[in-house]
Amino acid sequence: MGFRGRIRALAVERAGTGLPGPELERRLIELGFVEGAEVELLHQGLFGGDPIAVRVAHATIALRRREAMAILVSDEAPV
Amino acid sequence: MSAAAPTIALVGNPNCGKTALFNALTGSRQKVANYPGVTVEKKVGHLMTPAGRSLQIVDLPGTYSLRARSPDEEITRDAVLGRLGGDVTPDLIVCVADASNLRLALRLALELKRVGRPVMLSLNMMDIARKRGIEIDAARLARELGVPVVSSVAVRRGGTDELLREIDNAVASLAAAGVSSWKAPDAGELRGGQREADRLLDAAVRRGGERDVTTARADAVLLHPVAGIVILLAILFVMFQAVFAWARPAMDAIAAGFTWLGALVGSAPLPDLLKSFLKDGLIAGVGSVIVFLPQIVILFFFILVLEDLGYMARAAFLMDRIMGGAGLHGRAFIPLLSSFACAIPGIMSTRVIDDRRDRLTTILVAPLMTCSARIPVYTLIIGAFIPDRDVWGFVGLQGLVMFGLYAAGIAGALGVSFVLKRLIWRHSVGEPFMLELPDYKIPQAKSLAIGLWTRATIFLKRAGTTILSMMVLIWVLASFPQPPEGATEPAISYSLAAMIGSAIQPITEPLGFNWQINVALIPGMAAREVAVGALGTIYAIDGGEGAAEKIGQIVAGQWSLGTALALLAWYVFAPQCASTLAVIRRETGSWKWMWVTFFYMLALAYVAALATYQIARALGAG
Repeated sequence: MGFRGRIRALAVERAGTGLPGPELERRLIELGFVEGAEVELLHQGLFGGDPIAVRVAHATIALRRREAMAILVSDEAPV
Repeated sequence: MSAAAPTIALVGNPNCGKTALFNALTGSRQKVANYPGVTVEKKVGHLMTPAGRSLQIVDLPGTYSLRARSPDEEITRDAVLGRLGGDVTPDLIVCVADASNLRLALRLALELKRVGRPVMLSLNMMDIARKRGIEIDAARLARELGVPVVSSVAVRRGGTDELLREIDNAVASLAAAGVSSWKAPDAGELRGGQREADRLLDAAVRRGGERDVTTARADAVLLHPVAGIVILLAILFVMFQAVFAWARPAMDAIAAGFTWLGALVGSAPLPDLLKSFLKDGLIAGVGSVIVFLPQIVILFFFILVLEDLGYMARAAFLMDRIMGGAGLHGRAFIPLLSSFACAIPGIMSTRVIDDRRDRLTTILVAPLMTCSARIPVYTLIIGAFIPDRDVWGFVGLQGLVMFGLYAAGIAGALGVSFVLKRLIWRHSVGEPFMLELPDYKIPQAKSLAIGLWTRATIFLKRAGTTILSMMVLIWVLASFPQPPEGATEPAISYSLAAMIGSAIQPITEPLGFNWQINVALIPGMAAREVAVGALGTIYAIDGGEGAAEKIGQIVAGQWSLGTALALLAWYVFAPQCASTLAVIRRETGSWKWMWVTFFYMLALAYVAALATYQIARALGAG
């Protein structure tokens, strides 16, 4: 929790989702997950810490961990 | 292009305040219908601009991209691209954006520009953005974006003046629709679009604080893994108390009104058959549905407030994991919960679920939730057969059985959705749970009133059409043929319903049902609780005070415990409600899913009742 970082890449093959990779990639981008965007982990669910709520740029997005696996984040301190 | 009334389409991200803007622009001059063939709501309204132009305005479902992923978003895409034709082809697209959350909206605006129709960007909720220290250079944004940019505050008087002026300007010089260069963007194009949007944001917007302080503070508690769930349960508890307690006086008044109306008709100098049709068919039938209107209004009041507040997305977040285990989407939570009051509003509220399969699963299992119409039947049988004593010293046995029936319904619903997900739709793509958690906003009374009015009229329209015709059919079954001269048995024993009751006797024999039960089940199709009254008719009990207790005494003497328990098991699962089936047909837009629901529930009910009766008999209670 409170983890901050910057999106380094989208690696859809890492997600354990039923969606085809390119489709997942497009949906993530549509919700603002693009390379370079700042992210912060805000909340997580009770069971297995799933789903999670993530601050990305200026919006808060809820998603499951298995889809979030596709978002590679470098934990450099935000500028 | 229709020169008479140009059409303006409102397009925007979910939660951008688009509907509030639509309400502010049109007021009561709007109507809600369905797009042909689908169940997506079509909201069209009229507005008069300051320059005296009459315009038509369409509120399209919220979306992040024209690359549609749900039936709602397909409507938005097709309307924007002019594929729907008719009165929804827009002459002007107004892209509505939440001024305090512009990033994703700007990318959508860039995509809309490619459609080839005039586009305008309306920065909505400017008041909130200003309060949060967000400064937007609208002129710069308009220059960079290449479309007019105006600001609006939907909820304040005069807040739409600037938007209306700009719409007037745009409509005055409407060009014929250009060539659309839009095609479904791939990941690279989307990425490029978002980069461009981020550049515009850097150039034209200066942000104050990071997050909305109120939202951050509220979420620290409301999304807390433990406290959040406790609070959600508390909210639900209050909601159900309200649905049952607050609705009671209004429901009693409506029931009394219909009884009075029935008595009035009963004493009128009319032929008996016509009298029976008006009293038992029309008035009793419509009355038994309309009596649920107060519950539906209260339930939707809570749902709309929670939705406008921004809490609904949080409820879905908190429940996603728990529901997900049974193959249900987090958003299915509220519709299923609503179904404890009545499956009809529950099924109507599945519109919040984007994915078609997830929505269908929810609709199919919603009628298994123990609705309030089952309660009179449960109460009758439990009162007659289950001894009123405590078990383990402190738990009432009758209450325990009641709880067991609720639990059986829930278990049934979870089981069915699990089977659907794992067996029937296992080859299909599992829809990911991804949604934006919007900042909290104070609900506006006007939007709330319009929303409630819309729900109430939809329900009443249905009660007046589909449901009414079902009621009339059931009355015909229970009334024809007429009893012969000098008949000694109650009239229903000579009817088609009785013939059907006897004809299906061999089928229901293994369940321990006698022909009287079979007959009562037929009018019980109109509404579950009607079966209680029908049993009274069959056992020739006069209505009035204490009728239910007398029925209880008689069935306690005539039925075995096994029969009673089997009937309870039957009632947990059986599709004993024509109105619910009618709503399923409406909401899924197909007869197929209505029949699927009917037959799977029938099968479950038969198996459950069969098992219950046979086990009870084996144990000596047959």
